[in-house]
Amino acid sequence: MKQRVVITGTGMITPLGHNVEDVWRNLLACKSGIEITKNFDAASFPTKFSAEVKDYNIFDHLSDTDKLKHKDADRNSSFILGAALQAWAQAGLPKTLSMDKTDDTTPRADRVGVYLGAGEGPPDFDNFIRPTAESWIKEDKAMDWKNWADVALKHMRPIHELQQEPNMSASHIAHLFKLRGLNMSCLTACAASTQAIGEASDLIRHGDADIIIAGGTHSMIHPLGITGFNRLTALSTRNDDHTTASRPFDDSRDGFVIAEGAGVIILESLESATKRGAPILAEVTGYGSTADAFRVTDQHDQGRGGIAAVELALETAGLSPDKIDYISAHGTGTAENDSIETHVIKTVFGEYAKSTPISSVKSSLGHLIAAAGVVELITCILAIRDNIIPPTLNLNTPDPALDLDYVPNTPRKQEVNVAMSNSFGFGGQNNTIIIEQYRDNKS
Amino acid sequence: MAERRVVITGLGMTTCIGTGKDAYFEALTGGKIGIDTISRFDASHFPSSIGGEVRDIKTRDYVPKAHRKATKLMCRDIELTVIAADLAVRDANLTTKGTDPTSPSSLNPIRSGVNIGAGLICCDIEELGGAVTDGVTDNTFDYGKWGTDGMQSLTPLWLLKYLPNMLNCHISIIHDLQGPSNAITCADTGGLLSISEAAKLIARDKADVMICGGAESKINPIDLLRQVFFKYTNNDSNDAPQTACKPFDEDAKGTAIAEGGGIMVLESLEHALDRGAHIYGEITGYGSSTCFTEDFITPEKNGEGIAIALQQAIDKAGIAPADIGLLIPQGVGVKQMDVAEANAINTVFGDATTALPIYSTKPQIGFAGTAGCSIDLITAVLALNNDIIPKTQNTQNVSKHYGINVTSDGPIKKEMQHVVTSCHAIGGQTAAMVVSRYTT
Repeated sequence: MKQRVVITGTGMITPLGHNVEDVWRNLLACKSGIEITKNFDAASFPTKFSAEVKDYNIFDHLSDTDKLKHKDADRNSSFILGAALQAWAQAGLPKTLSMDKTDDTTPRADRVGVYLGAGEGPPDFDNFIRPTAESWIKEDKAMDWKNWADVALKHMRPIHELQQEPNMSASHIAHLFKLRGLNMSCLTACAASTQAIGEASDLIRHGDADIIIAGGTHSMIHPLGITGFNRLTALSTRNDDHTTASRPFDDSRDGFVIAEGAGVIILESLESATKRGAPILAEVTGYGSTADAFRVTDQHDQGRGGIAAVELALETAGLSPDKIDYISAHGTGTAENDSIETHVIKTVFGEYAKSTPISSVKSSLGHLIAAAGVVELITCILAIRDNIIPPTLNLNTPDPALDLDYVPNTPRKQEVNVAMSNSFGFGGQNNTIIIEQYRDNKS
Repeated sequence: MAERRVVITGLGMTTCIGTGKDAYFEALTGGKIGIDTISRFDASHFPSSIGGEVRDIKTRDYVPKAHRKATKLMCRDIELTVIAADLAVRDANLTTKGTDPTSPSSLNPIRSGVNIGAGLICCDIEELGGAVTDGVTDNTFDYGKWGTDGMQSLTPLWLLKYLPNMLNCHISIIHDLQGPSNAITCADTGGLLSISEAAKLIARDKADVMICGGAESKINPIDLLRQVFFKYTNNDSNDAPQTACKPFDEDAKGTAIAEGGGIMVLESLEHALDRGAHIYGEITGYGSSTCFTEDFITPEKNGEGIAIALQQAIDKAGIAPADIGLLIPQGVGVKQMDVAEANAINTVFGDATTALPIYSTKPQIGFAGTAGCSIDLITAVLALNNDIIPKTQNTQNVSKHYGINVTSDGPIKKEMQHVVTSCHAIGGQTAAMVVSRYTT
């Protein structure tokens, strides 16, 4: 018998706040999290701004023992530890778990797992680049490897190399709560945390775990990350007006604004949540995951992978498109994504496309890369809770080809019982999740 | 709804002792060791300068003409993936856009997917060096100059060469797989977890065919540095590379870095029977857990997280530990890892421990990170199909405290019904999988 899957806890560390309610309030107040980049000196980079997490110190939130245990947590792991603590507390779970099951309110450690769409940790850039800068022989166009090794062994730091491994965030979480269940990390670019949540939901549905700490984190605002995205011309270069640079669906959009942060949701079988008397925030009812199988560089020009993912999500949820009250778009603000995503919605929703409100919170928060999906899904949970749709900011000059309702500039009070969230990643990854207001009389 | 049965129908691999399953298994059972002085770059100033390199293989020979231009966008990890995947698909007797663009594909694109275990991929340092030279002032990196000059000499598509999901994306493009597509990034357990997750998708009717497994290259200065930092490398065997790795030996001093790819084709039983596919075995059990560590590297001494994953896999397969014919563990030859593994094996197998043959590939193919665990699973499957257990090379003096039976003779002929592989990662993740002889 397949389990129903519900959400019993949420947590976030983002450029607009260090907890769910602060972020939500700032989103509805149309705030922007975008500022001049401070994580490193980006003054001469093509893009000099980003949405950074400001002044967050995980050690303010950990016990003395845990501070010691997690002392080497890098930025990305710090963010997700913070988000996980919030979600864990909201779900009313005991501080740590064990392999002895005592009663219905205490899950056994091996029935509680982790599944993250987690980014690699940021490089220890100054020490990383130093051996290369000091060992390249320009005249020979070759590396003096002996010198490279000498400098690297002297200056690069083992702890920082370890913390870059993309499974470290999941490791930190498992260590913090003493989890012995399944431990998975995936990194399908900008789709990663949506994919983690979708996969984790199915694992619970089929009994591989009772509870999964799901979500994602990424901290890519560093010289290598910005270099990579700038070379791809994927980032907005609106340096003279960076606060409004994230302009999904707008005619003047010129790329995405990179952000950092983390989000966690606690996924749980309905049976486990009911036994524990846990708060039920929403139900995960649909998930579709596909590949464009088209090009490394571009999305499929007819959005075939996105169309298939959205259709699969609807099919698994047992819903027709007219039942979707709100679509949280991937909406990065690149010319390509916003056009193709609009085409995907029009194709699947047909006559209902124009009457389904769509918005992109990337206009406020920026694009959290691997963590985008979970953070955006949490805003869907809140939209359902409060019956308010967050706006797409900076939508002042609509693209004539994009004529759907993107909830421009102002939040909208509207009943939301069913929400859909899209995440599309480089290489043609397409993931869509549907969540609904939980109803206990549903079969 | 009952879960569907999942079988293995294709095997593809590339390692430092051979590429292709027959060449690999022959070299393996013949005792070939592929560890030598690293030739790809001058590693003489690293504490360990040895490794297992895949040599004399041209990626272009393993991709269709339509995709040859895209080989310029492939880091080494992606190259190893596409090579092994091509071999696996051909071995499965499947026709795809990738193996024969002129014939109709054997696969329904939306019901065919891919899940690849990827490592932490560093950008090519020499490529970076060429660009960094325009971003230094007085031999020191200059952020200002890099932003305006240095970065401009990197190819625009630079980042796409190194994203971990490009391993699965290239496979999906080459073979036209439009179903689920994932990149598992669980370090040294990722390759095996990609297979278990792929198996679940088939079992739960999300796909009929999945290409899965892991590929990674540690043969580069950054990964060598990291393995030295994490104390995985044997630094005393540079003059004797072939005897560097001795899993579970009293004298175990570490391992040697390597590279490789181990990819398999999984299918639902019906899909396989429908097309008369050769069946290597059935995936009957899998497990996943975490070892708790002090330093996020060294597993707990009792190996509890390893034991939990192993026990889950055996329980799921509906068998008893004594039914297992062969165990291929991580067997990396790093003392603290060996201790934890040996203890975990004793916990799970109890009285059946001394009778259980244990074989490790690491002495012969080195430590290739996330590729290791999927190559190990393929090795177990080949052993099952050939009724052969290879000899663990180099290990001559298994520590008596371990109480385990590491194969010191061989190859031995043995008919088996079930084989299991077990692995663990830095960070603590653990995974295990049981493959059983297919019976109707």
